[in-house]
Amino acid sequence: MSEQIEKVSIIISKGSLDGIYPGLIMANGARAEGIEANLFFTFFGLDAIHKKRHENIKLASVGNPGLHLASWLGGFPGVSSLMTHYMEHHMAELDIPALPEFIEMIADSGTPLYACKASVDLFGMKQGDFIEQVEDIITVGEFYEKAGGGEIIFT
Amino acid sequence: MPEKNITGTTVEVGEDGFFLHPEQWKEEMAPELAREQGIDPVTDRHWQVIRFMRKQYLEKGEGPSVRVLGKTSGVPIKELYQLFPKGPAKTAAKLAGIPKPRGCI
Repeated sequence: MSEQIEKVSIIISKGSLDGIYPGLIMANGARAEGIEANLFFTFFGLDAIHKKRHENIKLASVGNPGLHLASWLGGFPGVSSLMTHYMEHHMAELDIPALPEFIEMIADSGTPLYACKASVDLFGMKQGDFIEQVEDIITVGEFYEKAGGGEIIFT
Repeated sequence: MPEKNITGTTVEVGEDGFFLHPEQWKEEMAPELAREQGIDPVTDRHWQVIRFMRKQYLEKGEGPSVRVLGKTSGVPIKELYQLFPKGPAKTAAKLAGIPKPRGCI
């Protein structure tokens, strides 16, 4: 067998449902395989760990060709919510947890969650804005230290 | 396919070490399988998970995911990872003599 992956550090930089889930699935899957994992949230990805926002993450319905929906239609009020609702329903059927539960589960698996300092400063946020599982607000340099000896995945 | 001797019985396992025939498994094999995974001793809490895995497999034809284990085995996710640091569902399936669960979540 080829060399095994021992550790991954995953960056989540987008704030849409379709931007956040893939990174979470990669992190959760890593832990399930016994691989060490870190999660680093930057830019709009911070919404995934924001106390007031993480329960209302929406699917991007504009500029998302994967939805196979006319662009002009995607911008109508309520379309993003409707598509999100549809997607969440479908995910629940497949036993994929809702975002808050998923993040809690990943934290419980021993994956530390970090917020990016530059983005936190940019958006005028503070530690108290984040869910309690967020371990720390760290700089990009600290991120690289924590990622040492492992693979980095950017999403 | 590789064969393996556990507590004096020969069983067939796949390349990845999971049992090919779950019916060849016996409870007394679990401690030896656990030692190979760095788990020693097998505590009551380990047993709770191993037995749950096996029961689910025999009922449903597939072992449960970590999420299902956390919700229904009576052992929460944090503790599951303490008991089985190399991956709860994967390791417990190996000790329970069932195929590796294939869920992505």
